[in-house]
Amino acid sequence: MVLRVTALSKSYGDVAAVDRISFHVRRNEIVGLLGPNGAGKTTTINMILGVLEPSGGSIEIQGLNLARRRRQALARTNFAAVYSPLPGNLTVYQNLRVFGLIYGISDAARRIEALLEEFDLQRFRNVRCGVLSSGEQTRASLAKAMLNNPDLLLLDEPTASLDPSTAREVRRKIRAVATHGKGGALWTSHNMYEVEDVCHRVLFLSRGRILLEGDPKTLPREHGKENLEELFITVAREPLSLEER
Amino acid sequence: MAFKRIAAIVLRYFYLVRGSFARFLPLFAWVAVDIILWGFISRYLNTVAAPGFNFVPALLGAVLLWDFFIRVMQGVTTAFFEDVWSRNFLNVFATPLSIWEYLAGLVVSTTTTSAIGLAVMLAMASAIFGLPLLIYGWLAVPFLLVLFLFGIALGIVGAAIVLRLGPAAEWFVWPIPALVSPFAGVFYPISTLPGWMQSIARLLPPSYVFESLRSILSGGGAPVSMLFCAGGLVLFDVALSCWIFARVYRHAVRTGLIARYSAESIT
Repeated sequence: MVLRVTALSKSYGDVAAVDRISFHVRRNEIVGLLGPNGAGKTTTINMILGVLEPSGGSIEIQGLNLARRRRQALARTNFAAVYSPLPGNLTVYQNLRVFGLIYGISDAARRIEALLEEFDLQRFRNVRCGVLSSGEQTRASLAKAMLNNPDLLLLDEPTASLDPSTAREVRRKIRAVATHGKGGALWTSHNMYEVEDVCHRVLFLSRGRILLEGDPKTLPREHGKENLEELFITVAREPLSLEER
Repeated sequence: MAFKRIAAIVLRYFYLVRGSFARFLPLFAWVAVDIILWGFISRYLNTVAAPGFNFVPALLGAVLLWDFFIRVMQGVTTAFFEDVWSRNFLNVFATPLSIWEYLAGLVVSTTTTSAIGLAVMLAMASAIFGLPLLIYGWLAVPFLLVLFLFGIALGIVGAAIVLRLGPAAEWFVWPIPALVSPFAGVFYPISTLPGWMQSIARLLPPSYVFESLRSILSGGGAPVSMLFCAGGLVLFDVALSCWIFARVYRHAVRTGLIARYSAESIT
């Protein structure tokens, strides 16, 4: 098991942002974490990344308890999020070099060259990230996310600013990493076509709780919906109608 | 602590300084201006004051040491602000990097930059104004060490203030040396101060450095007990500053401020 989340909670005063959720990500599995804005997706990801302390529950990454063995657990994790671009005042290469050291990559120079090529970033290697287009910045963030060949890859709307062609290519690369290596991925997206294409399993979050879980290809029909987008809209607008089932 | 992770923070700062004239120039420009200003003031005072007392080592030497402390403190805070300005907290802290490694990286970064400032000041003060570098003898080493450590301590406290209160709080940090200087007795003996200010001065390690400096110049030598007091106090200050930063960081992780830092407050 790459990731095991058990009874995870986060409260701010009386408000439960995440309410005792449990789920897991298996090896070579891509799990979609879906839900409307404010459902608790990013809060969950922040807790898994160790930058937000849970109010309760536990997180294990490759069997390592995050609260007790933070450094070892996070050394096996990496992430890319649309709201957390790499520092714009360093070049692509400099950013990768700095994060290569932080993650303790051996033979970092070769790894960086391979990632620059894989994400089509060679011509931007000496360009400051701040002047890249949003799509190029996303590719740079993804290259950073792959630096340590993570066991657990967390992706918060990784293709949000990419054109359809680049997004497809990026999905292919992430899928190749997540399904052929030793790890798995947790993926959030508002693009239901993408989720259906990439994810093996999806979790629908609503008001901090997991409302539905299943195969994105069959889940909509199981709940009387035409497709994943319709199911998403129902989760966002009428979550109680699904809870009652 | 892992050397590689500390090196990452240092390398990040090196890249920034190397690639930016606006970051490189202040490493020595403002201290150079200070040395020139106070050098001429010292030279002028030598012409109007009673003969026999040399203001250059007393005044210019004190300015040099005080500017060194300011460079160290601002070196730590500026290296920290780089992550604030580039909104880099999530990238940095969602990694195996511990806060001790992060702080160590900031300290090593500022050691290099403040050494550049010190070298420029020493070169100018001795070449232009004839500051006798060896006049303080071997005591120059503990003087510099105490001021360096005090700069580290206040720099870490400054970083904690900004981490706790948000990016706008950096304006609380810049004036800290100016607030401390009246109590530190940079230019006058502590006995000049009223009683309550003397009580505060006794808690500040730099006050012992500047008292010792004046004692040496007046031919009295430096009481070793003063240096021990300064050493003990400054080690306590460094430990206290690290504890404060750790507490503030933990608060930021508990409330989610690290992940949403630009909001300045979660409540």
